Amino acid sequence: MNIFVCVKQVPDTETKVQPSSDGNYIETSSIKWIMNPYDEFAVEQALVVKAANAESTVTVVRVGGAKDTEALRTAMAMGADEAFLVDAPETIDAYMTAKALKGAIEKSGKNPDLILCGKQSIDTDALQVPQLLAQMLDLPSVSVVVGFEQNGNTLNLKREVEGGALEVYELNAPAVVACNKGLNTPRYASLPGIMKAKKKPLTTLSLSDVGVSDGDRKVKYSNFQLPPEKPPGKKYEAMDDGAISGVVKEVVGLLRTEAKVI
Amino acid sequence: MANVLVFAETNNEKVKPVTYEILGRLSGQNVDVVSIGGIDADSVSSLAKYGAENIHKIQGSGLEKYSPEGYSNALKNFIDSKSYDYVFMGATSAGKDFFPRLAGSFEAGCASDVTNFIFEGDDFSGTKPMFAGKALTKVSFEGAKPRFITVRPNALGMPENENAKAGTLADANGDAGNIRAAIKEIIKGASEKVDLTEANIIVSGGRAMKEEANFKILDELADVIGATVGASRAAVDSGYAPHSMQVGQTGKTVAPSLYIACGISGAIQHLAGMRTSKVIVAINTDPDAPIFTKADYGIVGDLFKVVPILKEEFKALLG
Repeated sequence: MNIFVCVKQVPDTETKVQPSSDGNYIETSSIKWIMNPYDEFAVEQALVVKAANAESTVTVVRVGGAKDTEALRTAMAMGADEAFLVDAPETIDAYMTAKALKGAIEKSGKNPDLILCGKQSIDTDALQVPQLLAQMLDLPSVSVVVGFEQNGNTLNLKREVEGGALEVYELNAPAVVACNKGLNTPRYASLPGIMKAKKKPLTTLSLSDVGVSDGDRKVKYSNFQLPPEKPPGKKYEAMDDGAISGVVKEVVGLLRTEAKVI
Repeated sequence: MANVLVFAETNNEKVKPVTYEILGRLSGQNVDVVSIGGIDADSVSSLAKYGAENIHKIQGSGLEKYSPEGYSNALKNFIDSKSYDYVFMGATSAGKDFFPRLAGSFEAGCASDVTNFIFEGDDFSGTKPMFAGKALTKVSFEGAKPRFITVRPNALGMPENENAKAGTLADANGDAGNIRAAIKEIIKGASEKVDLTEANIIVSGGRAMKEEANFKILDELADVIGATVGASRAAVDSGYAPHSMQVGQTGKTVAPSLYIACGISGAIQHLAGMRTSKVIVAINTDPDAPIFTKADYGIVGDLFKVVPILKEEFKALLG
């Protein structure tokens, strides 16, 4: 099977976000970049599928800044076979990203049997690229996947929806599958894995190599700013058992009379 | 005036409240509503009350249940037969799933999960949180129309004023086209309550819950005030709660009217996911816990002692 995994590199979740001075993105000078957490589940799933299907390869594709290749090296250290990187600014939109991924997959010369992605990137939080990529490749897609079973060419996928309910999909590969936390437990890269990853092929492409231009932009983000800070609230001491009842009475009263939410 | 279509998602033929929130912001535009499947009389009159000129009800084979391809194909055909500048729906599970595909079929853009928007003339301008809400950005469109927008439930609030329009109901034949990914069955979730992303009140537990069984005291409080129960990442990673309950940067971003954080210290990832809650109550034994910096009402105390009394007090109030 030709298995593809789309990964993104995002600021670490601990990052304190600061808008850039032009307001068109955030300050990136001191950011630690990591593989998008949801993409780790996609890489792991790809390796599980590879192990179950003889003569399979796992190709990782990423669109983003070429300065730091942490996410692709991590994926290859975990066990992916080769990588493609489309060098692009962080500010491109979901449509350009999906089109670039499609272009890179086509450049690889391999016909995809399965494309795995994380369900969303934790920077733009758009939840669009997997479904858009599927539409562009005329493939079915299932998103927010927490259960994955393969039976020959048939996939049985569990998608999590409101209230933790699960929609069970049955479909044939090829397909795009967008993975959620809970699908599996991503492996750690081993030291030999990390050494081997250094010798694995990483091909860098430009946006024009994959047929994407700024005319493909559909959505523009500007005026990045911090959310307004709330004024400080009221704080009550209730460590002493005798104080609890009075404090709770007052807070509940204020929720009705002052905040008007109850 | 822009020509706008709002997709009304239904649950047992009842239109989801986020649809009315969207309609409330569209007064001044030409607004039609479209749904797939049945829609009850109450919902039809509410849609008219909040500004729907025409209400199109699409039905057809393959559209009895949700599928990303079926919904996308049917709406593509419907929209092609009309002329709209913008198409809206709630950023629900289905909205997040099929709207990008539908937008892609028009080679048009989709602005996801916006928390506010206005029209400047005929042009849409929205607010889109990024990094789970650590930053806010302005989102606008370029290129082809119609343009697609999903709106976060609870973010706009219910309309304050009515804007009654005809609300003429019309049937439309839908074509689901070729569905390759179809739902075989649905497994019910542990909770029958409103999802966290749509909940009006949330009671959340953190690492201090100590074990899964202790979430029972939060469930009891939640039952009294009609809340949905959530959890911090620390609680989820410790195995006290499933990931579907996680609030925060690698969980759900929520915007309820009232958020009650119990034994949650307030890691930056958690605060990002719940800071747009209108009113926040925090209960924690550590007076320096970061959660108190975001709380409207902070109670420094032991949740195991405070929560049961809180429940009784709410019960007395709501009696």
